[in-house]
Amino acid sequence: MDDIISLFVRSVFVENLALAFFLGMCTFLAVSKRVATAFGLGIAVIVVMTVTVPVNNLLFKFLLDKGALAWAGLPYVDMSFLGLITYIGVIAAIVQVLEMVLDRYFPALYNALGIFLPLITVNCAILGASLFMVERSYNFTESLVFGLGGGIGWALAVIALAGIREKLKYSDVPEGLQGLGITFITVGLMSLGFMAFSGIQL
Amino acid sequence: MDASPRKVLFDPLVDNNPVTLQMLGVCSALAVTTNLLNSLIMSAALTVVCVFSNGAVSAIRNHMPSSIRIIVQMTIIASLVIVVDQLLKAFAYEVSRSLSVFVGLIITNCIVLGRAEAFASKNPVGLSLLDGLGNGLGYSAVLIVVGAVRELFGAGSLLGIVILTPAQDGGWYVPNGLLLLPPSAFFIIGLMIWGIRTWKRDQVEPEEFQIHAIHRQEVL
Amino acid sequence: MIRRLLDLPNDDSRKIVFIAVSLCLVCSLMVSSAAVLLAPIQAAQQQENRRMNVLLAAGLIEEGEEDVQVNQLFQQIEARIVNLDTGQFTDAVNPATFDPRAAKRDPNMSDEIPDDDDVAGLGRRERYARVYILRDGDAISRLVLPVRAYGLWSTMFAFIALEGDLNTVAAINFYEHAETPGLGDEIEDPDWRALWAGRQIFDAQGQPRLRVIRGRVDSASPNAIHEVDGMAGATLTGNGVSNMIVFWFGESGFGQFLDNLRTGGA
Repeated sequence: MDDIISLFVRSVFVENLALAFFLGMCTFLAVSKRVATAFGLGIAVIVVMTVTVPVNNLLFKFLLDKGALAWAGLPYVDMSFLGLITYIGVIAAIVQVLEMVLDRYFPALYNALGIFLPLITVNCAILGASLFMVERSYNFTESLVFGLGGGIGWALAVIALAGIREKLKYSDVPEGLQGLGITFITVGLMSLGFMAFSGIQL
Repeated sequence: MDASPRKVLFDPLVDNNPVTLQMLGVCSALAVTTNLLNSLIMSAALTVVCVFSNGAVSAIRNHMPSSIRIIVQMTIIASLVIVVDQLLKAFAYEVSRSLSVFVGLIITNCIVLGRAEAFASKNPVGLSLLDGLGNGLGYSAVLIVVGAVRELFGAGSLLGIVILTPAQDGGWYVPNGLLLLPPSAFFIIGLMIWGIRTWKRDQVEPEEFQIHAIHRQEVL
Repeated sequence: MIRRLLDLPNDDSRKIVFIAVSLCLVCSLMVSSAAVLLAPIQAAQQQENRRMNVLLAAGLIEEGEEDVQVNQLFQQIEARIVNLDTGQFTDAVNPATFDPRAAKRDPNMSDEIPDDDDVAGLGRRERYARVYILRDGDAISRLVLPVRAYGLWSTMFAFIALEGDLNTVAAINFYEHAETPGLGDEIEDPDWRALWAGRQIFDAQGQPRLRVIRGRVDSASPNAIHEVDGMAGATLTGNGVSNMIVFWFGESGFGQFLDNLRTGGA
C-alpha cells in the first residue's frame, strides 16, 4: 500500500510528465491561454491516461512481452517490437470510444471535453505514459495508479500555467518575447519549482 | 502556395521553423538535448522518419480514402518509427538507451503528422521529400543549438571532447549545472525565439491583451 | 484486378478496404523484417554491453579504451549463479540465459523484502544472482557482484569488484542510473569511482561498514578505510549508495555467500 501511495505522489509531483519529462508540450503550450479550457483538457487527459495505461499494460503482459504468448502455446515468441504501433492504436481507439460513450450518455461532459478528445490522440504524454509503464515494468495496479497520477500531474501543470498566463496579460513583455517566448520561460521557471520535489521519498 | 523546391527546402530552417514558430514537436526538443550526441541522433531519426513518411503519404495521395486518412498516416509513421527504433537498438545501443522512450515518441511528434497532412497529401513526391527534409533540418537546427549550448556550458565539452576544462579537473571553467537540468531547455528555446523574432520582426505575435493607452502611460 | 480497384473512386468502400489491407501488409512486412533481421545484432549488442560493464568493474579494461576485444577478454571470466538464500553456487539456473530483471518480477524466482530489511528501497529481491569470477590459478583474484539501490530519482545499477580477500574493493562501475545531471551523476565520474579502490567493506566484526560520507574523508580517522568522499550537492544519491552496500553485503544480500566462499563452503 505504501508503494502505491508513494508511486502516486511521485507521478503527480516529482516525475511530472509535463514539467520533468516535457511530454505533451505542444498541447500544453497551445491550450493554456485560459484556465477554463485548460481545466477541460486536463480532465480529458486524466480520463484517457487512467484508461489507456492499464489497458496497454494488459496487452503488453498477455500479447507482446517475451514469453507472453505462453498461454497460446507459443512460449518463445517475442513481439515487443510491435509495442509502439499497438499502444498508439489502443490510444486512438479508446479516445474514439470514449468520445462516442460521452456523446451518448454524458452530453454535458461531451460538450465540455469534445473538442479536446481528438487532440489527445497525438498528445505524447499519453503515449509516453504507456512507454514509461513498459520501461519501468509496472504491474497492473501500479500502471493504474501511474496512469491516474501522471494524468493528474499533467492536468495540474497545464492549469497552473494557464493561471499564470492569464495574469501575464497585465505585464509589459518585450516585443519579440510575446506569446511563445515568454511562455517557454514561464514553463522553465515552473519546472524549476517542481524540481524542489526531487528526492522526496514516502 | 509558392512551391519552388528551394523555398520548400530552406523555408523551415528559420523563416518558418517548426519548433520556434509553429510550436510543433517541442517535447523531444527539450528532453533529449542534454548533450550534443543525443541531439544529433534524435535529429537524424526524426529527419529520416519525416522524409520517408512524407514520401509515402505523397506517393499514395491520389488513392487515399479521406475517411481513413489519419489512421493511414499514423500507421505509416508508426511503422517507420519502429524500424528506426530497431536500427538504433542494433547499431547505437548506448544512445538508444539514453534516448529511452523519446524515439518512440516521434510517432506523436506533431511535425511528422503535421507535414504529412498539410503538405505531403497535396503535393508531388519530389517536393514532399524536400519538405520533409527541410522540416527535419529545421527541427535539427533547434536541437543541435540547444544540445550544443547545454553540453558546452553545462559540462564543458562537445560530443564528449573537453573544450572548457572544468574546475574540478584542474581547469578554470566552473560548469553551470543548471544547464544539465530540464528547465534550462525552456530558457534556451525561449531566448532563441526572442532572438529569431527580433531578427525577423514579422514573426512577432500581436499582443493579445492591449493595456489601455492611458493605463499604459501610468504604468510605465 | 488491382487496376480496377485503384480506378474506383476514393470513397468506395471496396477501395477503402483494399487500401487498408494493402497498407497493413506493406507495413507489417517492413516492420517484422526489420525486427527479425536485426534481432541477433541487438542481442549481441546487449550482451557485449553487459560484458563491457563487467570488464570495466573487474579492471580488465580502462574507461574510454578503444578497440576492446570485449568477447575475447570476457573468456577469462567465469559467470556463475549464486543462490542468495543458501549462499551457495547453483547449477539450477543457466548463467548464460539468466535475466535478473525478469526474475525480480517472477514470484517463483523472487521474494518480497520485509520493510525493515529493505534499506535499499528495492521492493523485491530475486533468489539468484549472477556473479563473475576472475581466477589466478585456483584462487579468486577478483569477484564481481551485481548490486543496485534506489538513489534520488530511480534505481541505480552497479557492478562492484572485490579483491581476492573478499573485503577490499577493487572497483565499482555504475552502468545504469538516472541521478541528477551534474550532481548525482558524479557516481559515473572516473575520479570519484577511483576513490573506492582499496576501501574495505567489512569491519572487524564482519558487518558491512563502507559508507559514502558527507564531505571529505579525514585520512587520519580510524574509519577512513571504510569511507568514501561524498559528492557535493548529492547527499541523497550518496545515501543510496551507502544503503546499497548495507543491503547487498548484509544477510539478505551476498553476506552468506561471501562467508561460505571464505570458508570454502560455497
